[in-house]
Amino acid sequence: MSPKTLYDKIWDAHVAHEADDGTTLLYIDRHLVHEVTSPQAFEGLRMAGRTVRAPDKTIAVPDHNVPTTEGREKGIENEESRIQVEALDKNAKDFGIHYYPVSDVRQGIVHIVGPEQGWTLPGMTVVCGDSHTATHGAFGALAHGIGTSEVEHVLATQTLIQKKSKNMKVEITGKLAPGVTAKDITLSVIGATGTAGGTGYVIEYCGEAIRDLSMEGRMTVCNMAIEGGARAGLIAPDEKTFAYVKGRPHAPKGAQWEAAMDWWKTLYSDDDAQWDKVVTIKGEDIAPVVTWGTSPEDVLPITASVPAPDSFKGGKVDAAKRALDYMGLSAGTPLNEIAIDTVFIGSCTNGRIEDLRAAAEILKGKKIAVKRAMVVPGSGLVRAQAEEEGLADIFKEAGFEWRMAGCSMCLAMNPDQLSPGERCAATSNRNFEGRQGRGGRTHLMSPAMAAAAAVTGHLTDVRDMM
Amino acid sequence: MEKFDKLSGIAAPLPIINVDTDMIIPKQFLKTIKRSGLGVNLFDEMRYDDDRNEIPGFVLNKPQYRDAQILVAGDNFGCGSSREHAPWAIKDFGISCVIAPSFADIFFNNCFKNGILPIALPQEQVDVLMKDAEKGANARIEIDLEAQTITSSDGEVFTFDVDPFKKHCLMNGLDDIGLTMEKAPSIDAFEAQAAQARPWV
Repeated sequence: MSPKTLYDKIWDAHVAHEADDGTTLLYIDRHLVHEVTSPQAFEGLRMAGRTVRAPDKTIAVPDHNVPTTEGREKGIENEESRIQVEALDKNAKDFGIHYYPVSDVRQGIVHIVGPEQGWTLPGMTVVCGDSHTATHGAFGALAHGIGTSEVEHVLATQTLIQKKSKNMKVEITGKLAPGVTAKDITLSVIGATGTAGGTGYVIEYCGEAIRDLSMEGRMTVCNMAIEGGARAGLIAPDEKTFAYVKGRPHAPKGAQWEAAMDWWKTLYSDDDAQWDKVVTIKGEDIAPVVTWGTSPEDVLPITASVPAPDSFKGGKVDAAKRALDYMGLSAGTPLNEIAIDTVFIGSCTNGRIEDLRAAAEILKGKKIAVKRAMVVPGSGLVRAQAEEEGLADIFKEAGFEWRMAGCSMCLAMNPDQLSPGERCAATSNRNFEGRQGRGGRTHLMSPAMAAAAAVTGHLTDVRDMM
Repeated sequence: MEKFDKLSGIAAPLPIINVDTDMIIPKQFLKTIKRSGLGVNLFDEMRYDDDRNEIPGFVLNKPQYRDAQILVAGDNFGCGSSREHAPWAIKDFGISCVIAPSFADIFFNNCFKNGILPIALPQEQVDVLMKDAEKGANARIEIDLEAQTITSSDGEVFTFDVDPFKKHCLMNGLDDIGLTMEKAPSIDAFEAQAAQARPWV
């Protein structure tokens, strides 16, 4: 048998039909649904008189629009948001799919709820009308975002029309230095390859530094594969993966668990597998990083300074000028002197319990020196656990707002938004113009770095506080 | 879906790299439960000021580009979120073809589902068409999907690649779901076999 990558193996196990030109109907094991990209798809089904082919494999949860203030289950004030969430309530009921409504403690960001409930398992194909579906790749699942037309296609047929991507290996060798996290890995990779560096590829992350990460750290890494342009990011499952999955509500049990393990243990890239592109980064070379511009590739170690646009080439010169103008920064300013107004800790990138622990560790016994700071746990269960562990008290005593679960200020579809010119240290995934609110200025970083910025009031090297 | 075969129209130049889907259609317009009506909000934050007045310098506000049917843009167009609202807004404005050196994956796929042809060309060819587009309303670019050619206003012809299946669907305005449903026996067979092989799924 010819050697295969992990991607090849998962792909081959899901081909329902292949045409002569390679156009494939890929079978989908899990379809995650949220309120923003699905209403038009359900409407399409209704108009064509179609049903959901596999409601048991379809899981819905509202997350993008939901307010993160307490008492929200009584109703959403914003009419358009309310209509969208109510549409999902109705669609879930009408079509008989699994559903976690706002009032359910298990509600949260779809990419946090899926793994938490054991819906996401190794070797699966997972799709969702959301680009950060890449998160689930941390389990060795082939997971990627799709548009609303494709959501409708999967609802109706449980398949997706696909052409196979190329294989890219991103190896992070060695050990990470103290203060360096999964977020710094994934941002550094994008810094090295660019936001289009992964276009046309599925990335497999490997190497000692990746193996050393917890499952939550691996989810952070895969989450941002899309920011590097890749269709999906993957990490081969190992004992950590199996331990994380075991016992979750929708994970297999008994004999099925044993059967699943037999297959899961074959899910790795063969030694002599062929790669179309290989990127290797030394773990020791990665520093705590922040973004300075309006693209996730605009990333530098916290010890660096704002770059001069002329130091770039091609279209990037104008893009960097535009970015510095938008961000209100001038070339040569040390990054650790940039003053911050707001801190946002949360999102599908960094809204899990370990993220909150890392931030709380820095904040313990300290007060914020920024205008406002908020923590938005990734799910109701993360929130409950953080309260049990005393993390919520640390955040509140430091001056953070302690919120209910949702996407919140990552994309600012709910009331959590930046004002024009407001500068935010954020643990989310996109620093695009207007992403967190019109005119808002976003610097991406790890939870520990965001907490450090909250304490000092400016971008800060977390290693100085450890 | 609307068919796409030939297009002769005004091209608007947008020489910016990494144009993301948040720029194309900001999040406040994702709250709709319809596909239509988003054209007025295409590039909203670049197109209007805080008081909702048009910003005269933005390309689609210029008189010569108000009826543009083609957009010529920089590298990695459509990066970011999976929101299909981005191609919906582009199509609703009246643009049916986007030309750029490269496209983000999800946006690229979404275009074909909505009667939009995204064309990736080498940078130097995009540069020629960008200059062409900058000439304004008198310079019409012609696109022939059947022949896979673009003709500049000066008569220069470029050929482009397109996936044969996607081309077929676009030229005939075919509904993907209908096509896939014709293959239901294959899906049934796969499902039965997978239920044996991986019963825990």
